[in-house]
Amino acid sequence: MAEPELSAEALRERLRRELGAEHVEVEDTTAARCAASFRVLVVAAAFRGKGLLQRHRLVNQALAAELGRIHALEQRTLTPEQWAEQGGQ
Amino acid sequence: MSGSLRAGLRLAGGGWAARGWAGRRRLSQAAAEGGGAEGGGSGSGTGSREAVERLVRAHPVVVFMKGSPAQPLCGFSNAVVQILRLHGVEDYRAHDVLQDPDLRQGIKNYSNWPTIPQVYLNGEFVGGCDILLQMHQNGDLVEELKKLGIRSALLDAEKDQDKK
Repeated sequence: MAEPELSAEALRERLRRELGAEHVEVEDTTAARCAASFRVLVVAAAFRGKGLLQRHRLVNQALAAELGRIHALEQRTLTPEQWAEQGGQ
Repeated sequence: MSGSLRAGLRLAGGGWAARGWAGRRRLSQAAAEGGGAEGGGSGSGTGSREAVERLVRAHPVVVFMKGSPAQPLCGFSNAVVQILRLHGVEDYRAHDVLQDPDLRQGIKNYSNWPTIPQVYLNGEFVGGCDILLQMHQNGDLVEELKKLGIRSALLDAEKDQDKK
């Protein structure tokens, strides 16, 4: 099996697909670290009614194939309502 | 794997990572899947579910990190240390997973969480650096510490400011 591509764009697509996320931002922070690192913002209805730990677990699951080769993954996980409250920032 | 053997592997540097990894992961997975499996009966077995459980329950606040609180070896581990310090939490158990490959894999299996650092309050996994940071920002950490009978130093800092 080919290893999944490790790029901001590939991670964004996977998160969109796996979580049905309506908004995903992925920033490649590798340059600031010692190995492949990313910062993600995921806005998904699937997060409704879930605590932070459960939300992060959903993201980790969606990226399970990639996580083995990612050194660090910083996450912000918001519901569409929280995202709107924050003015889409 | 005995402690001395593991130390030997560590000292050997570079090469051990590639050679030792597969075997170590098999061991850890066996421990996780087998539930009651011991670390091969050959010694420390620090990565077994039972051993990890003992560690997380040994203190109200337990942190698994890279490096030590005095010398964190990763920015995310450092952030956890700094957040706890902000709240005046100095009394906690910190385990350096870089000193123990079995524990490093074992703690990930235990919490089903892929990264280090990991923070446990009252034996319960609360999250890594991002989650602790957000709990710090939204006030949840103060509440969680209160449940443990720990008064966050930030509360006193706020009071001082009110007085001024």
